[in-house]
Amino acid sequence: MSTTPRLVEVRQKVLKQNDLLARGLRQRFREAGVYVVSLVSSPGSGKTAFLEKTLTLLRDQCRVAALVGDLATENDAARLARSLAPVKQIITGTVCHLEAAMVERALEGWNLEELDCLFIENVGNLVCPSSYDLGENLRLVLLSVTEGEDKPLKYPTIFNTADVAVITKMDLAEAVEFDATAASRNIQAVRPGMQVFQISAKTGEGMNELIRFLGARFDESVKLLVG
Amino acid sequence: MHELSIALSMIEMASEEAEQRGGVRVNAIHLKLGQLSGVVKEALLFSYDLACEGTPLAGSRLVIEEVPVVVFCPACQVETTLASLQQFCCGTCETPTSEVVRGQELEVVALEIE
Repeated sequence: MSTTPRLVEVRQKVLKQNDLLARGLRQRFREAGVYVVSLVSSPGSGKTAFLEKTLTLLRDQCRVAALVGDLATENDAARLARSLAPVKQIITGTVCHLEAAMVERALEGWNLEELDCLFIENVGNLVCPSSYDLGENLRLVLLSVTEGEDKPLKYPTIFNTADVAVITKMDLAEAVEFDATAASRNIQAVRPGMQVFQISAKTGEGMNELIRFLGARFDESVKLLVG
Repeated sequence: MHELSIALSMIEMASEEAEQRGGVRVNAIHLKLGQLSGVVKEALLFSYDLACEGTPLAGSRLVIEEVPVVVFCPACQVETTLASLQQFCCGTCETPTSEVVRGQELEVVALEIE
């Protein structure tokens, strides 16, 4: 019996499973009053140094913790443990990005009620993480001065899916002749209106401003929750 | 390179769908792929053939419909298609805008079955 091929409508998001898990996580975070910030950037742009500094500065103000994604090592978690905040490493193996399921697994054993703010450091990669919702409230994209001002133009998708841009390693800006105006212009081209911070985790430059900004966003979300 | 895991998800989805329809054969998957989905078409096509091997979908095709990025212009109050991913602005008045209306799709829209 011969059959004729026919087209049947399906309409399913390929990442539906991840989206559902992320929605569940977002709900859990909201119910527990945890504000979640994720970090994305290319490898070596200073996510871990930035996070170590941020956790240290925030530790006195609220209960912070971090999940850090890496392909193979636990080095980042060991480094971040110096901040004295609870830190857990997610080793992804060969996977080049974090997915909501990995975050969910990593949270096992943690009582979210004991946290105010959670940071999720993604695997260093400017392409793949953009497709995966992790249930975060805010996505920060980091760009170091040594990478070149045109990074936003080369990776418009990740900049477009992020909420805030952080330019790191400002202490090296002069040495590498970093053009901050061009970098900001490129960021605005791919994500008009995006707020940009310039920081150095090493010298602490710009860190207080960023911490204040995160604090305000955190307070806002608490108010929304209560009010 | 997350296209391989995307391809595997699609194949799993199509296999389940085929199963539910009484074990029909899937000849092709039709996918809508937004320019802002973070997925590269060529890499996905390459991964698809690899991922299909040894599954009921072996030999099937992946038909991709690319979806350009459409933004909403707050000044003109209309939707316009972006000319370039490097410049998010209105196609008519060039007002910068981040309001993406379309272009993030990563969606299986149909299956060709027999």
